[in-house]
Amino acid sequence: MTTLLEVDGVSVSFDGFRAINNLSIQIGEPELRAVIGPNGAGKTTFMDIITGKTKPDEGRITWGDRNISLLGMSESEIAMEGIGRKFQKPTVFEDQTVRENLAMALRNPRGPFAVLFYKKTREGAARIEEIADEIGLSDSLTRKSGELSHGQKQWLEIGMLLAQDPRLLLVDEPAAGMTTAERELTTDLLKRAAETRAVVVVEHDMEFVRRLDCKVTVLHEGSVLAEGSLDHVTADQTVIDVYLGRS
Amino acid sequence: MTNSFLMRNPSTLWFLLGLSLFTIVVTALSDAGVGVMSTSFVKTLGKTLCLCLIAVAMDVVWGYCGILSLGHFAFFGIGGYAVGMWLMYARTEGIVLDSFASQTIPPTPQEVTDAIGNQIFGVVGSSEFPAIWAFSDSLILQLLLVVLVPGLLALLFGWLAFRSRVTGVYLSILTQAMTLALALYLFQNDSGLRGNNGLSGLQNIPGFEDTPQSTISLAFFYASALAVALGYVLFAWITSGKMGSVIKAIRDNESRVRFLGYHVESYKLFVFTITAVVAAIAGALYYPQAGIINPAEIAPIASIYLAVWVAIGGRGRLYGAVIGAAFVSLLSSWFTGGGAPAIPLGFYTVQWTDWWLVLLGLSFVAVTLYAPKGIGGLFDYLVRKPS
Repeated sequence: MTTLLEVDGVSVSFDGFRAINNLSIQIGEPELRAVIGPNGAGKTTFMDIITGKTKPDEGRITWGDRNISLLGMSESEIAMEGIGRKFQKPTVFEDQTVRENLAMALRNPRGPFAVLFYKKTREGAARIEEIADEIGLSDSLTRKSGELSHGQKQWLEIGMLLAQDPRLLLVDEPAAGMTTAERELTTDLLKRAAETRAVVVVEHDMEFVRRLDCKVTVLHEGSVLAEGSLDHVTADQTVIDVYLGRS
Repeated sequence: MTNSFLMRNPSTLWFLLGLSLFTIVVTALSDAGVGVMSTSFVKTLGKTLCLCLIAVAMDVVWGYCGILSLGHFAFFGIGGYAVGMWLMYARTEGIVLDSFASQTIPPTPQEVTDAIGNQIFGVVGSSEFPAIWAFSDSLILQLLLVVLVPGLLALLFGWLAFRSRVTGVYLSILTQAMTLALALYLFQNDSGLRGNNGLSGLQNIPGFEDTPQSTISLAFFYASALAVALGYVLFAWITSGKMGSVIKAIRDNESRVRFLGYHVESYKLFVFTITAVVAAIAGALYYPQAGIINPAEIAPIASIYLAVWVAIGGRGRLYGAVIGAAFVSLLSSWFTGGGAPAIPLGFYTVQWTDWWLVLLGLSFVAVTLYAPKGIGGLFDYLVRKPS
């Protein structure tokens, strides 16, 4: 396992509030990592910083084999570097079919003219079928994604991430609002994805994290409080105090 | 390739068929046929086709890409001015040369230029040719300007606005400000484009002085119909397939598209610029049929009307824009032209010239609230019959 992403001493404040405070975290490849923490711990801001939505005030973020810096890159450039993101609320393009959603995400040239003259290929179609099969939406390819159930939308979005073929997947609360059966499928999806790439799951739900059975990072007030297996961090007294003890 | 594209888009085929039929019917009714349709009505229909073309462009930029531009009529006007400069120059040159022809001593080129300048700019108290008229003696160059000036303006404006991530209502305000600034500039007498007099006599096509207006009007009608057909196919092609998918996605959730790795700004710039160029081409065909262009045509209200046409016709479907533009603009000229009978209420008489705008405004509100798909939405009932 080599280090894919290294966040080093990153801080960011909004109107004087320190959302992220000297945060350092390393993600390997392949790896499945869960990031947990109470509300306001900076989980979503952490993702915003990596994907270029929020610019940090200080710190370094290095990426990949050539240790390039992600700071100063736009969202689309970072996405093309191989970082995919799934939002907390399922955000698929509801007006378009499942196939169109997946086709848009497929790893192909992204420039306007390349897209304008894009021709459908057999490999592309096969890849879409393959992903649809994996996310359990093979029968829904021609349906408008707005007609899908909540869980199916979440899977479609994970499918879109897989279609992007990223090296790092950032997944924000994938299990929110899902039934138990849906959760199981989601766990399997993420575990399988993590066999070949890095997957970071931000999650609230301890039960879901336990099922992922991976290394856990606990965030608190914008920095890392504890890191290790779930059993290890849940036994940690500081974690119990700030997080588990509260609920 | 094109074949399969048209086959996959039956609505485009239907549109082209309808447009062809319309062209044949108008020809048959005009002076070239049985002669029951007046030349001025042929011109009205030709102008309406140009409005349909700009409406289609507006639908792509607004209905598909979600950019409510209130500046596309400015591009339309610039196209009209660019072609109008040549029309006016060439025609004045003809008149001036004719008047010199009776003299025994041939005039020097300087005398000719001065006389043309005096004819064109006398109305604003000048006889000098402003720098922007440098190419007005060349039809080819002016036609290039029809495309280049709005294209570059849209490119520059769009680049500045989109890279600063100005979106939504703020972008609309910005485009409106651009339009207003342009109109106010053109209203000035020293703008070089004859201030509020505008350019006139554009219906007289140099080189075709002996051709009757009935023939010229039909020629422009055909040119407009061809432009609408080509523009429609171009935009149908752009909005279908993956490009259409991406720009609709930008409309629905711009930041999500960014995280998919698409450079959203480039797409918006592409759509904004190409629609501006098509709007300008529509304008270049419109004003020779209208005969006159002045800065009032460019005023922000025109671009707002454009948005109203597209909303009433139905956003996000190209034929909806065509229907909206044709229906509302023809209805508007009927009401404001005194065609609609006044309604006496006893205590008050409803004059449609005054009340038409109220009616239009109410229809716009009603469509927005109760029928967001517009008139074009009716076609959904035709296509999707209950099984």
